[in-house]
Amino acid sequence: MSRIRTRAPLWLLLPATVVLGGLFLYPMYQLGLLSVLDFTQAQVSGGQPTRFVGAENYTRLFSDSRFWEVLTATVLFAAACVLATLAVGAGLAVLLTRVSRIPRLLLSVAAMAAWAVPAVSGSTTWMFLFDTDLGYVNQLFGIEGFNWMYDRYTAFGLVGAVVVWASFPFVMVTLYAGIEAIPQSVLEAASLDGASTWRTFWQIMVPILRPVLAIVVIQSIIWDFKVFTQIYIMTRGGGLAGQNLTLNVYAYQQAFASSEYGRGAAIGVVMMLILLAVTLVYLRALRRSGEQL
Amino acid sequence: MRLGRRMLDGFAVLIALITIFPIYWMVLSAVKPAGEIQSLEQRPWTLAPSLDAFRRVLAVNDFGRYLLNSLIVALVVVAVSGLIAFLAAVALTRFRFRFRTTILVTFLIAQMVPIEALTIPLFFLVRDVGGVVPGIGLNTLGSLMLVHTAFTLPFAIWMLRGFVQAIPDELDEAAQLDGAGRFTVLWRILFPLVAPGLAATSVFSFIHAWNDFLFARTFIISEADNQTLPMALLVFFKPDENDWGAIMAASTLMTVPVLIFFLIVRRRLVAGLGGAVKD
Repeated sequence: MSRIRTRAPLWLLLPATVVLGGLFLYPMYQLGLLSVLDFTQAQVSGGQPTRFVGAENYTRLFSDSRFWEVLTATVLFAAACVLATLAVGAGLAVLLTRVSRIPRLLLSVAAMAAWAVPAVSGSTTWMFLFDTDLGYVNQLFGIEGFNWMYDRYTAFGLVGAVVVWASFPFVMVTLYAGIEAIPQSVLEAASLDGASTWRTFWQIMVPILRPVLAIVVIQSIIWDFKVFTQIYIMTRGGGLAGQNLTLNVYAYQQAFASSEYGRGAAIGVVMMLILLAVTLVYLRALRRSGEQL
Repeated sequence: MRLGRRMLDGFAVLIALITIFPIYWMVLSAVKPAGEIQSLEQRPWTLAPSLDAFRRVLAVNDFGRYLLNSLIVALVVVAVSGLIAFLAAVALTRFRFRFRTTILVTFLIAQMVPIEALTIPLFFLVRDVGGVVPGIGLNTLGSLMLVHTAFTLPFAIWMLRGFVQAIPDELDEAAQLDGAGRFTVLWRILFPLVAPGLAATSVFSFIHAWNDFLFARTFIISEADNQTLPMALLVFFKPDENDWGAIMAASTLMTVPVLIFFLIVRRRLVAGLGGAVKD
């Protein structure tokens, strides 16, 4: 199609614009609006008029120690998951380059399979594996009767393990593709000069792979920051007395369990802003890597 | 040197086994007879495989219906989002116009929006729209199709853009010289050539819609007939005793389609990802 000025692109873009405008932009506006309203069950059922309350939802949220507790937990949980995912994914990507064909095939198929398992199935399977009495892991280690979900940290640890299990394949596959694209001569030169695997990784692969690494890191941060399904299912909606809540689940519970829609929306806005900041870093990383738009 | 390589090989195989083990356990537990599931001495094999759990899930709890619901939602999302994304990708690569870069960046940012945060406004949106168009209100499969089409769109556009770009301009110019109209160029020239790209994109859209738990949980409140798999599965979690056999059978039913899909397109997926990431 020619590059003369026509109206054709408008027509082609129209469906996408309508869908994204209606289901992204408008809800984002609504989210902001709800967060400055007094909007609870009474308003939903029409019993009371909706009232503009300004920043009240936010001030109440920020003065609530529970919110800070959940925010801290979310950040730490996400950070731990990201670090573990990257360490495992990068380590295995390097491993893949140094093993024979069959083990390589086995490992990549296994990783792909773990990647493909829906979050719900993955959660239920791990729950069964770590079940108090019937779990194979507990029986294997002779700790029947130990409930992983009672303690805050073992519960977070187990959920984190499921998250890492499901997300390291993306890191591994992407980095492996990146490493394979590095000219063989560069790696050979390094090994001729007597560089160790460790040194080759940090001083040759990492600098060359920086753009791919940036993408993988940011993508992982975004995913792990908003883990919902695993936490919701494995800890039954946030754990004992809400000890395993993360922002995402917290917002959901505030809105749909407590009917505090305004407050839930305020938490959603906070989450959105945090991830927007991460996204901007992502865009800068893309630009620096020479991406052309 | 040889010994080192052997050890690395062994290590890789070990990791592969650990990674695949939960999936093996899920399928194994699904075919174990009830007595072995309740056992305090689980064994990593079974000598008496049975399809009881599947029968319980499919016949008694009507899982066939939920499977079908999930499938319909996912397929509609794949088709609609693929089509819309294709049109947008053509506009963004084959034409130069004002705000083109702005639109591209907007799509990229949309891809990063935490859709989970939009649950609350979308709930009210769907509720209100349902008053006007009953087919896409709360408790309908239409509502799920609608939101997932939107959610999969930014990534699909971003990915397809790379594939459309890879088709040489000369091709559609030649066709136009031969008297083909815009419409013909779009459907007869570009569409077939982008088909592999559409296949890769479909996988992502399919999995996204298939795996969704949050929106199914939020939108389908009271209409049990319109539940999708992830929600229906929770029926087997009971306060006194979980029916693990049924849970594992249902989880297996939910996993197998995606697994097959994934393994088939494994190679293409990596290539597509590379395209989307580096491009």
